[in-house]
Amino acid sequence: MARISGIDLPKNKRAEIGLTYIFGIGRKTALEILKKAKIDPGKLNGSLNDEEVAKIREILQTEVKTEGSLRAETQMNIKRLMDINSYRGLRHRRGLPVRGQRTRTNSRTRKGKRKTVAGKKKALEKK
Amino acid sequence: MSRSIKKGPYIDSRLMKKVDVLNKSNKKQLVKTWSRACTIIPEFVGHTFAVHNGNKFIPVYVTEMMVGHKLGEFAPTRIFKGHPGIKKEETTTA
Repeated sequence: MARISGIDLPKNKRAEIGLTYIFGIGRKTALEILKKAKIDPGKLNGSLNDEEVAKIREILQTEVKTEGSLRAETQMNIKRLMDINSYRGLRHRRGLPVRGQRTRTNSRTRKGKRKTVAGKKKALEKK
Repeated sequence: MSRSIKKGPYIDSRLMKKVDVLNKSNKKQLVKTWSRACTIIPEFVGHTFAVHNGNKFIPVYVTEMMVGHKLGEFAPTRIFKGHPGIKKEETTTA
């Protein structure tokens, strides 16, 4: 069993896939890391020996930003946008889509659950 | 699509001239501009620009962190103060 950079211990998966359980590593980075460490990407995670695990760990520490530090970086970037009062920062503050998407419909991921505004029908009847 | 690197960042030449003059004479003065698309370059730091938002000029004090952004990003063009009628509705129907 391999325990790399904190809480990640994927077993029974090929090394190529197992590494993607770490935040900040996708298929491509995983392959690159394995290539550098000279490990067969198809090898099962459980069968990696200590030497190989150590190698992966070393590469992760020196070259790739993962987990906490990566999350911290994204947070810092967002905070910077908010601090300088830019349009993007404003959108982050309001919890609305940042990259110019429509908000008339959709964009539920950013806005969260629908909040129904009552009383629109009544107003129409009055007219 | 992003701008070609060959051209470098877009900088409004007339605005640049004005800032150059200010920098040479070491003055700080409000610079009115309509050039919202102009990239903020390090030379602009410390100056205050009055950036047009389509209606009026919004004073923008340029700090170091703003370098690389556009002037327009700091002068919002839309003012949204919540939906109208939500409060009204309550009072009229009650």
